[in-house]
Amino acid sequence: MAEKPAAKPAATDASAHPWVAALAAAVPGAVVAAKEFARQVTVTVAREKIVEVGRHLKDGQDFKYCVDVTAIDWRDRQPRFDVVYHFYSFSKNGRIRVKLGCAEGEEVPSLSTTFLAANWSEREVWDLFGIPFSGHPDLRRIVTWDGFQGHPLRKDFPLEGIDTGAAIYPEEWPAGAGPAPDDPNRKVLS
Amino acid sequence: MSDRTPEQQEADYFAARAKAAAALHNPPARTVAAPETLFDVTEMELNFGPQHPSTHGVLRIVLKVDGEKIVDAIPDIGYLHRGTEKLFETETYPMAIPHTDRLDYVAAATSNHAYCLTVEKLLGVEVPRRAQLIRVILDELQRLSSHLVWLGTSGIDLGAVTPFWYCFREREQILDFFEEYCGARLTLNCMRIGGLPFDLTPGWIEAVGAFVDDFPGKVDDYETLLTDNRIWKKRTVGIGVISAEECVEWGLTGPVIRGSGVEWDLRRAQPYECYDELDFVVPTGKNGDTYDRYLVRVAEMRQSAKIIRQCLDRLEPGEIKGKVPRVIKPVAEEVYASIESPKGEIGFYLVSNGTNKPYRLHVRPPSFINLQALPRLARGHLVSDLVALIGTVDIVLGEVDR
Repeated sequence: MAEKPAAKPAATDASAHPWVAALAAAVPGAVVAAKEFARQVTVTVAREKIVEVGRHLKDGQDFKYCVDVTAIDWRDRQPRFDVVYHFYSFSKNGRIRVKLGCAEGEEVPSLSTTFLAANWSEREVWDLFGIPFSGHPDLRRIVTWDGFQGHPLRKDFPLEGIDTGAAIYPEEWPAGAGPAPDDPNRKVLS
Repeated sequence: MSDRTPEQQEADYFAARAKAAAALHNPPARTVAAPETLFDVTEMELNFGPQHPSTHGVLRIVLKVDGEKIVDAIPDIGYLHRGTEKLFETETYPMAIPHTDRLDYVAAATSNHAYCLTVEKLLGVEVPRRAQLIRVILDELQRLSSHLVWLGTSGIDLGAVTPFWYCFREREQILDFFEEYCGARLTLNCMRIGGLPFDLTPGWIEAVGAFVDDFPGKVDDYETLLTDNRIWKKRTVGIGVISAEECVEWGLTGPVIRGSGVEWDLRRAQPYECYDELDFVVPTGKNGDTYDRYLVRVAEMRQSAKIIRQCLDRLEPGEIKGKVPRVIKPVAEEVYASIESPKGEIGFYLVSNGTNKPYRLHVRPPSFINLQALPRLARGHLVSDLVALIGTVDIVLGEVDR
């Protein structure tokens, strides 16, 4: 018989954490919230400050390695998306997670000139979530093809996929083919 | 469309079909600007893949070449995109494990492991010691088999056919061990949240022990064929040189960054399971070229055999699964965990909303990030070196495209 674990882990406030404090001091107005869970620090920052935050983390705090860029779609929340960055510091041997909120259609300043590693990850976020990055040198779709309609990792994109003839016979099925977002044939994942 | 009568709709359908057929049989003439003279052409585009054998899967690279020289190489990926991250969101936590097999399909155990570790971190579950040791053994066997595939196939790509037969001989034995343990040879599904699905079968420990004791001798065999081979060195020394700083800038991990001299391995830097008590060295290269990355991987194989031997010696009877609730419903939190896969850092970023399904599960695949630096490595080299470079980055397209 499986027992319930004794204590469920919970998040704590981390605004006093040295990394967060240094970030708040160096980039005024950037830090919105900070928490620590399972010894992982998450900082929520203002969207328009992300380039300064990235520069400060890279040059000021030695977080030189951009591990990953991804996003979360909260569908009913305002703002709708979270863009999530992970940075690693070799000298501190630690990771910091930076998050920012982003509404539908809002542009996020690109970090791909600060961290070369962010280039493809940001393209992937654009492709799968439809979050545009301003200042990105080459913002094209990456895992789906040019001419694909929709952004598959959004929660309102149907799990069954959509009818896309568009890429194969563009003269027969021009851009915009396939069920539109308000089409009843387009099934929505609950 | 709906205001058309059925007859009109049918007519439309046949008209569209006729048009498509006409387009297919009479393609519009291509207009290619004729060069002034034949030798004025300095740059042309060349498609490399997606069905080229040395791309190890379905990778297309659009090459801009000046004669034999690569001016630019633009990878085009996504041919194997299966929407794994979308599927994760529709299934419960344990049901995601078989999907992780299909990411890096030559190293399924490490993907399983990274995922299970992420969920365990979120739940705060302790893994029993015996399970930890067996996980490390499976990981290291997987590292051996992945490096053997890499060595064999990248040897074949560069014209060295013989090592392939030696490598696959040993890999076959490792796959037999996996089959004995969990019934599968490639898509293992060999770990569970909180521990392992099965205990070891009788005789497994002895068989694996005999294998790893012999293995360094086998590595000597491969090295005899390649390490001092003049052709091999001509094809690899000085090809795709990348400095340590650039590796960090591009986010390269695994043998690629170690080949450039950075002693960074998650097994050592952020030990998970019982790696902190094991005795092994992290091999590094000096020059950051294809040859050094080859040496690093070969040295890693010797270390893996050593690690497996130590774990086998430490195995004691015990539990193989920790205390995990029957229905996994973690707190609404987020967590990132990563381990050292044969290709580099494989990480899972998990966001829970308190239900029994992950709200968002993102994979940080080493191959995807490492492949990004391929244009940087390839520029200025010859087309035939591109084959060596794809081999040395060691990508698996299942993981790149997800």
